[in-house]
Amino acid sequence: MDYPFDAIVVGAGGAGLWAALELAREGVNTAVLTKLYPTRSHTGTAQGGVCAALGNLEEDHWEWHMFDTVKGGDYLVDQDAAEVLAHEAIETVIELEHMGLPFNRTPDGKIDQRKFGGHTRNYGEAPVRRACFAADRTGHMILQTLYQQCIKHGVKFFDEFQVVDLLFEGGEPAVGGRAAGVVAHRLADGQLHTFRAKTVLLATGGFGRMFRITSNAHSLTGDGVAMCYRHGIPIEDMEFFQFHPTGIVGIGILLSEAARGEGGTLLNDLGERFMERYAPNLMELAPRDMVSRAMYQEIRAGRGIGGKDYLYLDVRHLGRKVIEEKLPDITDFARIYQGVEPLTEPVPVQPTAHYAMGGIPTNVQSEVVWDQKGTVVPGLFAAGECACVSVHGANRLGTNSLVDLLVFGRRAGRRMARYAGTVERPLPIADAVEPVRAGLEAIRGRVPAGESTSVIRAELQAVMMDKVGVYRDGNLLTAALAKVKELEGRYQRLSIADRGTVFNTELLEANELGYLLDLAHVTVAAALARTESRGAHSREDYPERDDANWLKHSLAYQGEDGPILRYKQVSITRFEPKPRTY
Amino acid sequence: MNVDLRILRYDPERDPAPHWETYGVTVNPMDRVLDLLIKVKADEDGSLSFRRSCGHGICGSDAMLINGRNRLACRIRVDQLGRKISVAPLPGLPVVKDLIVEMSGFFGKYRSVKPYLINDQPEPERERRQSQADRARFDDTTKCILCAACTASCPSFWARPEYVGPAAIVQAHRFIFDSRDEGAAERLEILADEDGVWRCRTIFNCVDACPRGINVTRAILEVSSAIVGRRG
Repeated sequence: MDYPFDAIVVGAGGAGLWAALELAREGVNTAVLTKLYPTRSHTGTAQGGVCAALGNLEEDHWEWHMFDTVKGGDYLVDQDAAEVLAHEAIETVIELEHMGLPFNRTPDGKIDQRKFGGHTRNYGEAPVRRACFAADRTGHMILQTLYQQCIKHGVKFFDEFQVVDLLFEGGEPAVGGRAAGVVAHRLADGQLHTFRAKTVLLATGGFGRMFRITSNAHSLTGDGVAMCYRHGIPIEDMEFFQFHPTGIVGIGILLSEAARGEGGTLLNDLGERFMERYAPNLMELAPRDMVSRAMYQEIRAGRGIGGKDYLYLDVRHLGRKVIEEKLPDITDFARIYQGVEPLTEPVPVQPTAHYAMGGIPTNVQSEVVWDQKGTVVPGLFAAGECACVSVHGANRLGTNSLVDLLVFGRRAGRRMARYAGTVERPLPIADAVEPVRAGLEAIRGRVPAGESTSVIRAELQAVMMDKVGVYRDGNLLTAALAKVKELEGRYQRLSIADRGTVFNTELLEANELGYLLDLAHVTVAAALARTESRGAHSREDYPERDDANWLKHSLAYQGEDGPILRYKQVSITRFEPKPRTY
Repeated sequence: MNVDLRILRYDPERDPAPHWETYGVTVNPMDRVLDLLIKVKADEDGSLSFRRSCGHGICGSDAMLINGRNRLACRIRVDQLGRKISVAPLPGLPVVKDLIVEMSGFFGKYRSVKPYLINDQPEPERERRQSQADRARFDDTTKCILCAACTASCPSFWARPEYVGPAAIVQAHRFIFDSRDEGAAERLEILADEDGVWRCRTIFNCVDACPRGINVTRAILEVSSAIVGRRG
C-alpha cells in the first residue's frame, strides 16, 4: 500500500516524538513509524537526569555547560553545535515542565537538580548541580510526557511498522536526490508499504547490540544509520563508542551515574577509592571514558574484587532515604538482577557498552549532510543517538544524550515543518519496495539451511567486546577486522526457520544483524585508522592525543570492499583544545 | 540446572488452536524467563515469537502469564519459579502469535482517559512551581509503563472487555492528582461511566501483577472517591 504524507518520522523515542509534536502543532500531515510501541522506546530507560543550567540550587551558566561538553568530548565536539545544545537545554527543559513532566522539586517548588559526571562550575572547578531529574526514571518521564502531548495533538502513529529502506527522488543523495519517503514492513502481516513524504526524520537510536555486554535494548540495531550508509551517506566518528562504568556484571544493565552524583563511590578489592589516583579533583564524577579506563587499570593490576573483572559501587553511606527517594529503580535492578541489597552491600559493577557518539552527520538544523563541505540531503533529517551533529565529540557527558535528543529533535521538527511548506510531495516511485522485498525473501526462502542469526550475532558481539572495547591496539583491531569480514561472508548464507508472514521476528532479527555487521565493520575500520587516543577511543599503541594530525571527524562511505574513510574539520569557536585533566 | 519450559504456542498460519510445547533448557538460576525464551528461539525453534526490548523492566514489552501470574519475562528469575515453568500470552487479550497479543484495544482505552496535562493558563516564563508534597501526591502512578499486566490480570476485565481497566485508571490518576492539571472534571466524567471505575471489585490481582510496584487498587479507589466527592 502507498501512504501519502507530508512528513515521516522514523522512531518514536524522545527525538522522534518531539519532532512529531512540532510538526503536529504546525499542522503538517505527519506519520510516526516505530518498530515498537512508542512507550517501549529506549529513551525510557535513561535514568539520572537531563542537564540544563537553570541555576536552581547554585550559580550556573550555559557557557559552563558548553565548556564541559567540549572538554568532556576531548575537543572533538563541534562547538557551534555545543553552543546550541547548552543554550537551548534551558528552554527545552522548561517546556517539558510546562507539558507536565513530573520533575522532582526543591523545597521552594522549583525543578530539583543534582550533580553528574563531568558537569562543573566555572570551567572545571568542582561538580555543579545541573541535572534536572524525576527520581531515577527521568527518561521514562520524558518519553511518557512527549507521547502524551503527541496524543493530545492528534499525531498519527503506525506502531510496529519497521522501516527497512529509504526512498529518494532524483537519484541517490550523492547526485542531489531528495528524501521521498520510506519502505516499512508491517510486523502484524509482513506486508511492505511505502510512505511517501516531502521530508523524513531518522530518529532510530543507537546500535549497542553489536557488543556482548551492553546497556542497550535488543531493538538497538542501528537501522537508520545503516540504511543511510547503504544509500551513500557517510557515517561520522564511528570509532567513538562509550562504555559506561557501572553496568551490572555479566548482563550490562545500567546502574545510573546518578548513584555517584548523589555521593556513591567506586571501590577496588583493597577498599580504596581508586579514582583518587586518576581524577583527584572530580573523583567518581570524572567523565565516563576516564572512569571506565581506570576500572580496567585496576582490574589489570589485580585489584578487581577477588581478583576478578569487576569492582564495587558503594551507596551504603547515602542512607535509606536518599536511596529510596532518589535512586529507587537502580536499587531495584541490583536486587532483581544481582541478588544484592544496596542498602547493606556494595554492588558489583563493570563497564558496559552504552552509547554511540558517532552516527549520521547532521548540521545544527538537524539536516543530514553527506560530504566534507556540509552539503545537505534535501528533506532528510536525523536527530538523537542515530545522528552525529556532533555535540559529544569523542566522549559524551552524562545526561547530554537526553539534552541532544530534546534540543535537536525539536529543531528537526521545526525545520521540517518549514521545509514541507516549500516543496511538492514526491510522486509514487515504481517498484519502490522491490529491492527490499528481494532481500527479505532471499533470507526467508534460503535453502539449504545455513547458520542462524543467533550464532553469527553472538560471534560478532564477542569479537567487538573483546577487541574493540575500552582499550584497543593495532593487533586487536586487525584481528577484529578479519573476523567481521568473515562474519559478513557467513551472513550471506544465513537462513531462518520461520517461513511465515505474521510477526516473523526471526526474519527481522536477521535483517537487523545485517545492519549491525555494516556498522561494526565501519567501527573497526575507523578505529584502526585513527592512530591516537582521544576520548572513548583509547589506543594502547598510540596513547597520546594527537591534535596536529587527528583533530578531525572521520566520515566512512560504503565502498566495494568495505568503508572508505575521509575526514572533515572540527568547528572550534570559543575553546581552544587543551590537555584534559580533572 | 535443567528446567522444563512449557510454552503455549500458536501460529495463525499453521495451527488451528494454541497448543503447549515443552522445551528442556539448561539454565543458570539467576537467568530471567526472557533469557530462556531467547535461548529456545536461538537453539530450538527460531519461529518462537515474543516482544522484548529493553530487557530490564522499563519498556513494558514482555508482560506474559508465567506460572499463572502476569509478570515481565525480563524481571522474573528462574530461582523464583522452580524447575517447571509455564509461559502463556497475557489472558483476556486476543492472541496474534505465540506470546504476542493484540494491544490496540489496550492503548485505545489509555487514550480514552485524556492522558495528558490539561492546563489552559498562560505558561510562566520559568517552570510552574509545585510543592514537594503536591509532587509526592501522584508519584506512585507516574511509574506506569503500560505493560498491560494489570488490566490483563483483572477478572472484571476478562468478564467485560469494555471495562476501561486498571492501567487506564492509573494513567488518569497520574493527572487527576497533579496540582498543575485542570482536567480532573473531564476525566472523572469519563471514568464515572458504566465501564469506568465501578467495574473494579477490589480483587487486588492488579497489585500483584504490577511490575512497578504501583498500588493500583488504591489508585482506583482514590479516583472512585474523587467521583463520589464531586457528586457530593
